[in-house]
Amino acid sequence: MALTSLARQLAATLTQPWTLMEVCGGQTHAIVRSGLDQLLPPGLRLIHGPGCPVCVTPAATIDAALGLAARPGLILCSYGDMLRVPGSDPAAGDLLQQRAAGGDVRLLTSPLQALALAKAHPERQVVFLAVGFETTAPATALLARQALALQLGNLSLLLAHVRVPPAMEAIITAPGNQVQGFLAAGHVCSVMGISELELLVRKHQLPVVVTGFEPLELMQGLLRCVQLLEAGTPQVLNAYGRVVRDGGNPAARALVEEVFELVPQTWRGLGELPASGLALRPPYHQLDARRRFQLGQTSAVEPGNPCISGLILQGQKNPVDCPAFGKRCRPEHPLGAPMVSSEGACAAYHHYRP
Amino acid sequence: MNACIQLAHGGGGTLMQQLIDQELRCLYNDPEQVLHDAARLERPPGLLAFSTDSYVVQPLEFCGGDIGSLAITGTANDLAMAGARPLHLSVALILEEGLPLELLRRLVASMAASARSCGVAIRTGDTKVVERGKGDGIFITTSGIGVVEAPNAIDPLAIQAGDQILVSGDLGRHGLAIMAARHGLDLQPPVASDCAPLWPLVEQLLAAQVQLHCLRDLTRGGLASALQELAQARGLEFKIENKQLPVLEAVARSCELLGFDPLHLANEGRFVAVLPPQHLERALALLAPLGGRHIGEVREGPGRVLLRTEFGTERLLLPLSGELLPRIC
Repeated sequence: MALTSLARQLAATLTQPWTLMEVCGGQTHAIVRSGLDQLLPPGLRLIHGPGCPVCVTPAATIDAALGLAARPGLILCSYGDMLRVPGSDPAAGDLLQQRAAGGDVRLLTSPLQALALAKAHPERQVVFLAVGFETTAPATALLARQALALQLGNLSLLLAHVRVPPAMEAIITAPGNQVQGFLAAGHVCSVMGISELELLVRKHQLPVVVTGFEPLELMQGLLRCVQLLEAGTPQVLNAYGRVVRDGGNPAARALVEEVFELVPQTWRGLGELPASGLALRPPYHQLDARRRFQLGQTSAVEPGNPCISGLILQGQKNPVDCPAFGKRCRPEHPLGAPMVSSEGACAAYHHYRP
Repeated sequence: MNACIQLAHGGGGTLMQQLIDQELRCLYNDPEQVLHDAARLERPPGLLAFSTDSYVVQPLEFCGGDIGSLAITGTANDLAMAGARPLHLSVALILEEGLPLELLRRLVASMAASARSCGVAIRTGDTKVVERGKGDGIFITTSGIGVVEAPNAIDPLAIQAGDQILVSGDLGRHGLAIMAARHGLDLQPPVASDCAPLWPLVEQLLAAQVQLHCLRDLTRGGLASALQELAQARGLEFKIENKQLPVLEAVARSCELLGFDPLHLANEGRFVAVLPPQHLERALALLAPLGGRHIGEVREGPGRVLLRTEFGTERLLLPLSGELLPRIC
């Protein structure tokens, strides 16, 4: 079988222990779901990265969304996973509970559905909680452009978009970092290309392999990364060529560039990272829900929560190291976002590990 | 203005009588039968099976079915899972004021057609109307009586270590059809619900003298929930082979895109059968031509479900927790 023969090749290539990180939560799920980690040679350690947009959305943003959803007449909409993430106050619940209590919370599968909602309800304010990495930012940008073109005065965006390269940089430079090479998130690179990763490699001299999401592609990515480590030749290698072009998607990049500017952004678990978030540039800033509803940039503290998601998102702990894992913290009542999202490491371990 | 349901249609007066006479009477096998407060039924020999279920689904119509076909087929299928031939059904409708009469007609026709294909007779019914905004178009509750034809008790507690596990057809189509309709996903080609009566297949298995230890239809929660419930109820380990699971390419691709697991998606015309190994071949001869597969076996161990991947690794198969929601990216 191709996967097991790749695993044998990987074992034969390895002459010393290496620690790699798969950046994207989709990759983490594919790895744990396929049991690929059971096939790795003992010397190869995988750390799960922070590439789960739901997991890193700061509690303060969830709190703001919960506050907005409680306003009479307002429609709050977002993607599915976001509706189940608890805010900083466990008693305040999540957006689904807010909906049960009477809030008008809608689930979208495409940001442009928010446009249709705003048009259908001109007398009501519609707020789109926009989260995600570089993969979903172009769609949010498109929404902003169309909303502005239509002069829709009742649509606004509560933004929590994040960028992957600053998070990789933060992980590399964190004290006690153990990551020696990355599997980069293929879908992000399909939009952004590989130039930012090349800068990262030049600066920090570690290999980055752009990888897909199929078990076979992941195993190939791991093999390539270990080969680069063993050869001592750090570089960016695109092992997801069927999807990723080196220049990414220029039209999507231009759209993101037109609508957003880079700002510091707080990541749940990682803290504030420079130039890691997106804010609406003028004239799109008039769509900013924080401006429209005068929401302060509050930081939320989460008292008494034993969740160690910060350490898990930095790759310093494994989900099973958490005392609450599978006990107090389960998908039905998550204490932290990695247990909620279909891309969270804790949910992957809980669902799939025997 | 298009005709629609009014509060008076549930008020017990002439409008209600008209509704029953003109729109609902076709549900009954004998349209001339006098509708009394209760139906009188012949008592068949043997054990009776009795089941009830309520149906709330949005949208009311979807690719391959509607709430009417679900309500009839679902309860008839529950009876079949006890090894019982479905005989009699009751149908209670809760209509929301403003429901278009045209839509009600389509749903009623669909219920009548489903009852015919399930071989079941609707014997009694009820209709209520609630104010606009207090219902979701229509809610349907059906209860059913069947006569048990299986020679042994079909029950989770009858499952033994060494038993083999079969599934009756491809998985996940109903759930995906509903999600597609609900979220406006234009799947190409469209995926149709698998909604279908199960008794005919169970009857064939019994006629072939296949000994059935347990049957379970794969409705809400899909295969994963059904297997988990059975494994836990009996306290035995179910080992499933991933590569044996029948999932259509179109379903698998859409699930990949949306972040769903086809094993969590509902089915309305599929069941798992757990049976002794010496009956496997005979059962498979009947099920395989319809897309059925031998998917695994029962063994001593903790009450859980293990899935062997195509790579030879093993993982847990857990039921869905919470609502099925599409993912972000």
